[in-house]
Amino acid sequence: MLAALIIVFREVFEAGLIIGIVLAVTGSVPHRNRWIGGGVLAGVAAACLVAAFAGALSQLFEGMGQELFNAAILGIAVIMLTWHNVWMARHGKEMAGELRAVGQAVAEGSKSLLALAVVVGVAVLREGSEVALFLYGIAASDGGSAVGLLTGGLLGLVLAGAVCLLTYFGLMRIPPRALFATTTVLITLLAAGMAAQAVSFLERANWLTWLDRVVWDSAWLLPEDSLPGRTLHTLVGYTDQPTEMQLVTYAAVILVTIVLMRLIGSERRAPSSRNRLQQFVQ
Amino acid sequence: MTVLMTRRNLTLAALVVATTLPLSVAQAQQATEIHLTYSNGQFQPQEVSAPAGKPVVFRVKNLDAKAMEFESTALRVEKVVAAKSDGVVNVRALQPGRYEFYDDFNDKARGALVVQ
Repeated sequence: MLAALIIVFREVFEAGLIIGIVLAVTGSVPHRNRWIGGGVLAGVAAACLVAAFAGALSQLFEGMGQELFNAAILGIAVIMLTWHNVWMARHGKEMAGELRAVGQAVAEGSKSLLALAVVVGVAVLREGSEVALFLYGIAASDGGSAVGLLTGGLLGLVLAGAVCLLTYFGLMRIPPRALFATTTVLITLLAAGMAAQAVSFLERANWLTWLDRVVWDSAWLLPEDSLPGRTLHTLVGYTDQPTEMQLVTYAAVILVTIVLMRLIGSERRAPSSRNRLQQFVQ
Repeated sequence: MTVLMTRRNLTLAALVVATTLPLSVAQAQQATEIHLTYSNGQFQPQEVSAPAGKPVVFRVKNLDAKAMEFESTALRVEKVVAAKSDGVVNVRALQPGRYEFYDDFNDKARGALVVQ
């Protein structure tokens, strides 16, 4: 039972963190629960589908179907997160400053919510398909231990829910003014980390072989599969053996986000958002 | 077999940036292939070896009715292998050493790759 708890918790931990962050980011947006809940449900449904067809998916692209699928959905999440940041740079002021500046902000806000719902869905899908496979394997196998293992698995899910709430309430303690800057940084690093992870999937599939030398190995200091390692992996994309291409991609996503936020964000409300951007850059 | 491969590669070429493909094919050809079977929650064989400095391709055959996840932190790989199916796992060229792998869904199943 403990083993099942640990396995399930480890898989859904990342999704829990991401949902917590997205909840905090959208704290003041009306109807956000509907969108995020929808994202979670869609993610669970998709995870079950992916689990059901895991064998077939694997066989695609000369056995590299899983890797390419993961790289593709991570790529979608990176685009959505970056787009959200750029959108917030432009409209964030109205939303964070005056919660009641509804009207058009709500209509436009739902676009950004859709992006974040997709991110939530992707996070749930990625982690969830493995959990579904694992739990299905347990449920399918006979023997009295199945009940205990299932209980362990469900407890693991509950624990991940707790991680999500902890992240959310932790972030909500930050004063609203600082919250915007904090979540912008968080989302940018989240996107950069996901992009680096997508690169690692492409490298595993042998689709990307440029700059694939491992730059350092910090596994002795902070193993990626330890709990702190996993947390940092999710939040800032920490990996204990990054390749050159992963580092380049990581830096590129941060750079592109800053440039886009400057270009598009400062178009509309020059003084205040520029200040904020400068804080962000520093 | 070769005909099949070429056809698949053509489909790939349509999808990928054309330049990555020759590289990846070249690399796949010189890789050391390692065949593993997974049954009754155990790897067979439990210890395999490969020469240093060459990429390795694991072909994992899961004979059990449950999915398994071939994972190794040392090798930087993780891959779900569905019940009664095969999985291919690419590993970059390695330094000499002992690299452990395991089934992430079952901590009793362990094995190691020894690179010389």
